[in-house]
Amino acid sequence: MKKTILLGALTVAGLAATAASASTLDDVRARGKLNCGVTTGLAGFAAPDANGVWQGFDVDMCRAVAAAVFGDPMAVEFVPTTGQTRFTALASGEVDMLARNTTWTFSRDVDLKFEFAGTNYYDGQGFMVPKALGVTSAKDLDGATVCIQTGTTTELNLADFFRANNISYEPVPIETNAEGLQQYGAGACDAYTTDASGLAASRATFENPGDHIVLPEIISKEPLAPLVRHGDNQWGDVVRWTLNAMITAEELGVTSANVRELAAAAGDNPEVNRLLGTEGELGAMLGLSADWAVNAIAAGGNYGESFERNIGSSTPIGLARGLNALWTNGGLLYSPPFR
Amino acid sequence: MTISVDTPKETFRLSQLLYDTRYRSLTIQVIAFILLMLSLSWLVSNTVQNLQDLGKDFNFGFLSQPAGYDINQRIIDYTSQSSHGRAAMVGILNTLLVAFLGCTVATVIGVLVGVLRLSKNWVVSRLMAVYVEGFRNVPLLLWIIMIFAIMSEAMPQPRDFREGGTASMLLGDSMAITNRGIFIPKPIWHDGSTILGAVFLLSLVGIWAFRRYAHKRQEQTGDILPVLWVSLGLFFVPTILFYFLLGRPVTLEYPELGGFNFQGGIQVRNSLIALWFALSLYTGAFIAEIVRSGILAVSKGQTEAAFALGLRPNRTMNLVILPQAMRVIIPPLISQYLNLTKNSSLAIAVGYMDVRATLGGITINQTGRELEGMLLLGLFYLTASLVISSVMNVYNNRMKLKER
Repeated sequence: MKKTILLGALTVAGLAATAASASTLDDVRARGKLNCGVTTGLAGFAAPDANGVWQGFDVDMCRAVAAAVFGDPMAVEFVPTTGQTRFTALASGEVDMLARNTTWTFSRDVDLKFEFAGTNYYDGQGFMVPKALGVTSAKDLDGATVCIQTGTTTELNLADFFRANNISYEPVPIETNAEGLQQYGAGACDAYTTDASGLAASRATFENPGDHIVLPEIISKEPLAPLVRHGDNQWGDVVRWTLNAMITAEELGVTSANVRELAAAAGDNPEVNRLLGTEGELGAMLGLSADWAVNAIAAGGNYGESFERNIGSSTPIGLARGLNALWTNGGLLYSPPFR
Repeated sequence: MTISVDTPKETFRLSQLLYDTRYRSLTIQVIAFILLMLSLSWLVSNTVQNLQDLGKDFNFGFLSQPAGYDINQRIIDYTSQSSHGRAAMVGILNTLLVAFLGCTVATVIGVLVGVLRLSKNWVVSRLMAVYVEGFRNVPLLLWIIMIFAIMSEAMPQPRDFREGGTASMLLGDSMAITNRGIFIPKPIWHDGSTILGAVFLLSLVGIWAFRRYAHKRQEQTGDILPVLWVSLGLFFVPTILFYFLLGRPVTLEYPELGGFNFQGGIQVRNSLIALWFALSLYTGAFIAEIVRSGILAVSKGQTEAAFALGLRPNRTMNLVILPQAMRVIIPPLISQYLNLTKNSSLAIAVGYMDVRATLGGITINQTGRELEGMLLLGLFYLTASLVISSVMNVYNNRMKLKER
């Protein structure tokens, strides 16, 4: 009941709050910091480090937006949300944006009135099982007990997958990734299912990652995307083009190391010049300063840097770029031009 | 001689509304009413305005849309293709199930502990005091999580039950306690089981009729019939007799280890066990105190008078003390039942699929209908509470002191 009251109060409080707001960008500026909704903790994507500072791939997205707005990547208040609370938190105005492994779907975009600012990770749902179980395919999971985070698209995919293959399962609904891993670790469920990236991240935190395998089947498309509320196009543009700036920066070879140097004076490449504000008025069009993209890239690096540092093959999580490589390298990342 | 009575002319001044005690309370009530209405209308118009700003409408059409998610504990048929309304119904039944189980066990625990706490045996009464204080003064959520953690961490996994494993089934291989819940045999109803059920119901009616007859006879003649033995006989003999006469129409399906898990039988899930027992133990502690206070409220003279009439202690308790204590016990007991029902929404902590988890959780999350969902959820808890309290009030009126 406590949670119910809390949600209800949040809804009412949020409804009251949005009535007064003019535009999200003005609100964020007036507040002096960005409220960014993230997960309650998923290694590599968003989790506080030993010093209590949030680190991760999604966190970098929040920091880049904060840097684009304020020039200060640390001007972010991270709001941990569960699968169930995230949309209420965003709709009510408790957070300005969500960067929380959220799948871009039709009904969320159209019916739930959110705006997705472009995919920042192409993912798919997978299963993790202990090696000792001797399971090699998700289709062998007939009768298995499966732990699942409630309030997610994975919950719906799971139901569809087992129904389509005409096999049965027992869902164990859990609230957060940490709870899911605890149940999985205790053997209260045979398999744990979530986005394949999340499985890799969770597996890396186990004592013996080798004792667990991620099954080969990817049963869904999960384009994970940062999102904002519907109806404030300017704010949506800020988030969308901050992401595009990070992707374009990688494509153009702009990194956190050389971005200040390249932005000092206009260079030979007009697209780099426009991106970094040494040519044209792109920043002003967004309602931001001319060096917005410089700050965003300096904050956490370009897309590739952020990927490699947080979840790439050199980290314990060890995800390959795969679909998330630039289009020039055979991946799906393709930013519209800065012009 | 005439006396002219000078009647002062009644005049009404506005200040009288505030200073005249005849009008003051009315004034205050009117002002309070207007303020209440204003704040209500502000709340409603603000909600409507904000829903409009968000581009959301207010309708309950989502209840007939397919839900798309699975629910592990279903009392009625449900698949992921059923509607959100059906999912809400499954959740409601799960809430009612745990509320019913919880209230029953809490009452049994409460009455036992309440009586035992008054025991003259020092050890027993102290032990009961420790139970009451321990459970009453630690938050319910902690008990729920603790029982859940014990069940999932300390109990053996299903695969430990395999040949050469460390765990084995109990009660002649009919029951298995695993870290996914407790598996118990499930009754299978064959042809003729309806007759058996009817026989059982008839024997219940028979017990009731016999008790009435025995009571009447005792009042008229003073003879006491062996009510207990006849009742027990009526309870068991006809049903068992018909069970064999009809050729065993009810059989038991035993849980068996197969694949990943036990198959067959009834799985009492960890989430239900944790919620059920934590709610029962927690509310039972409160009920124990209510029962104790009820018994202590009956004056000692009643007991002494009963003993003086030659009544034995257990008859004194059943015929003299408890009927009077009930009048004190029932009203606070109602509120404990209501508390237990509402506290069952703490199911969120262990993933028990109650109505908060289906309608108030996943459905809201998938459809984005927070306002509608929360209103429906509030309406359900309100209705459930009112129904429980009205049923208990009927019972209370029957037990009340009848003044003639």
